[in-house]
Amino acid sequence: MNENARRVISVIVVNEASVLSRVTDLFSGRGYNITSLTVAPIPDSKYSRLTIVTSGSVRVMEQITKQLHKLIPVLRVYEHEDMVEKEMAMIKFPITENLSDINTLCEAYNGKIVNVGDNIVIAMVADEPKRIDNFLCAVKRYNPKEIVRSGAVALER
Amino acid sequence: MQISGAQMVIEALIAEGVDTVFGYPGGAIMNVYDEIYKQDKFQHILNRHEQAAVHAAEGYAKASGKVGVAMITSGPGFTNAVTGLADAYMDSIPLVVISGQVPMTLIGTDAFQEIDAVGISRSCTKHNYLVTDAKDLPRILKEAFYIAASGRPGPVHVDIPKDVTAQIAEFNYDIDVDLETYKPHVKGNPRQIKKAIEAIAASKRPIFYLGGGIINANAAYEVRDLVHKTGIPAVETFMARGTLSHDDDLLIGMLGMHGSYAANMAMSETDMIIALGARFDDRVTGKLSEFAKNAEVVHVDIDPASISKLVNADYPIVGDVKNVVLNMLAQADKIDADKYESWRETINNFDELHPLTYHEDSERLKPQWVIQRVGQILGDDANISTDVGQHQMWTAQFYPFSRPRQFISSGGLGTMGFGFPAAIGVRAASPEKVSINFTGDGSILMNCQELMTAVEKKLPVINIILNNNFLGMVRQWQTLFYDKRHSETDLSVQPDFVKLSEAFGGIGYRVSTKEEFDAALKDAVEKGVVAFIEVLVERFENVMPMVPAGGSLFNMMLLEKKESK
Ligand SMILES: Cc1ncc(C[n+]2csc(CCOP(=O)(O)OP(=O)(O)O)c2C)c(N)n1
Repeated sequence: MNENARRVISVIVVNEASVLSRVTDLFSGRGYNITSLTVAPIPDSKYSRLTIVTSGSVRVMEQITKQLHKLIPVLRVYEHEDMVEKEMAMIKFPITENLSDINTLCEAYNGKIVNVGDNIVIAMVADEPKRIDNFLCAVKRYNPKEIVRSGAVALER
Repeated sequence: MQISGAQMVIEALIAEGVDTVFGYPGGAIMNVYDEIYKQDKFQHILNRHEQAAVHAAEGYAKASGKVGVAMITSGPGFTNAVTGLADAYMDSIPLVVISGQVPMTLIGTDAFQEIDAVGISRSCTKHNYLVTDAKDLPRILKEAFYIAASGRPGPVHVDIPKDVTAQIAEFNYDIDVDLETYKPHVKGNPRQIKKAIEAIAASKRPIFYLGGGIINANAAYEVRDLVHKTGIPAVETFMARGTLSHDDDLLIGMLGMHGSYAANMAMSETDMIIALGARFDDRVTGKLSEFAKNAEVVHVDIDPASISKLVNADYPIVGDVKNVVLNMLAQADKIDADKYESWRETINNFDELHPLTYHEDSERLKPQWVIQRVGQILGDDANISTDVGQHQMWTAQFYPFSRPRQFISSGGLGTMGFGFPAAIGVRAASPEKVSINFTGDGSILMNCQELMTAVEKKLPVINIILNNNFLGMVRQWQTLFYDKRHSETDLSVQPDFVKLSEAFGGIGYRVSTKEEFDAALKDAVEKGVVAFIEVLVERFENVMPMVPAGGSLFNMMLLEKKESK
């Protein structure tokens, strides 16, 4: 497999103080890179799920997984292979741009315009990370004023 | 029972069977020290520096096999202790280190003596806690002891704010540790063990690669049985010294950067490595791509992350070494010890070709002689600790260790200043043995204030200072790899070590001949007091053999053959 392939891992941790820094410290302390990180409590449980996008060889991934496992509050770690993965982006456009074009484009990426103000509109899309890349490329011509992108979330199929 | 957080700490320590606590008080931990004053169930040893308190707890833990306990205050007390935590973490030593913290109400305000202790200790502890409510204390302390001692052992840090130690809450220590997320895998997969045994039986030149994990797991005697039953020769890592007795025919010696020729060659020629509680440290393997190129690997370790980290394991076995070795022993008759006769002979030939030795050709005493001499005189009657440097490597090479937990040294972190306080802890744990610390003229100055601790508590550690007027190990590298530019390693200006010891109430000897050394050691042992024996040794002696950093194990620099006159 590609030496530095993109990898997505889920980490289930006990909700307790500083558990997030334990996880991120492990990455920074060992020189591993985090591309994106999403965290939220798992409903009706004492756990949270972290979705981490990172990169590295099979060997590095194995170490990351094992080292994460060693952290006391970590319940489970798994690397996703066959998954549904989504990311979100919100974009602010000047209201003077062609709004119906923007809306149509957003719809193609599971999104729409979600807010209209005096001078700006805000659109939102949720799609696979690769497609978010494409979308952000495509909307360049509408002079986006601000773009915010979330980390990925993933579920094994 | 409703008691204060500080009382809970005491009750928990007593319930855990702790008999000795090392530490140093201060503002944030005063409530706990007040309770220490009131009790008589355990002794408190006042070290004179927090780093030393943690090292002493390490020495205590290593000698006794129990969890070591140290207690310190917030801010500077805690930061002083960090080196000890890191040292214990690297060498998998079970410790519980309790620190005071500023009151909860002041946390985050840059209060006097506030430091983010759990933030700092996160990367050098197995686990840590900031206690925010006294009602959590019983559970946290119970977990701390459990986590420190189970699985791959390590230091656990518990940071307790001052107001939490004053807070009154319910104390019930009769609880079970229930950590759904922490379940060390101790058993070892039986199918995998069976496959490993078959592979070993099929191999021609197998070798046991024994690591410090064996000592941590109290598995040395089981390992001895396995080695003898299979007839397979064994090499020991630095951390595993004493697993086999020095006079065991199947012990080839220590391997690695300063390992013996025979051990390193055997490792290079083997077709089957049986690694037990060893982690393929870079000081052991040398250049990885050239390490044991033709060998299959059986790797037994309690820590899954250690397996296949650096060297791929063909037979990975996650489990407690003792458990796994017992399982292996039950199947050991499948391995034919006679089959390895010629392999053992090959190894003996390696040893005869380049035995571990030194030349006695100088005016001044040779450090190796001193270490061997102590071995001849005290042997098994002494526990041996060391500081860090050449003297440390010579001790590992030349002292005749005959049992596990006899040798206590800082392996993973290589902490100068470790030896003396560790020896104090060793002596506290094991008063029936003489406690010897081999140290250098550089290292001893890094925690010499512990003279006061040792004198006050009547813990008669004998420090044998191998004085070469150099930071010897660094000087050796400068000699060999920096064209003899001895930058800032010359320690010609020195304190009077005899007077230094005497100033604290110990005794001191300065010796430069064999006779003087023998007399000094005899006197110090007989008197049973804290002592410095300063031995003036050859200044330019190098530790040999040596595998230069990043070199291959089979390319050792060797002791030059002495020309016969
Ligand atoms: C705290 C610390 N600082 C620096 C070093 C680097 N270091 C390793 S060995 C050594 C020299 C030790 O000299 P000495 O204690 O005199 O022992 P010798 O090598 O002469 O036997 C030094 C400076 C270290 N290991 N630990």
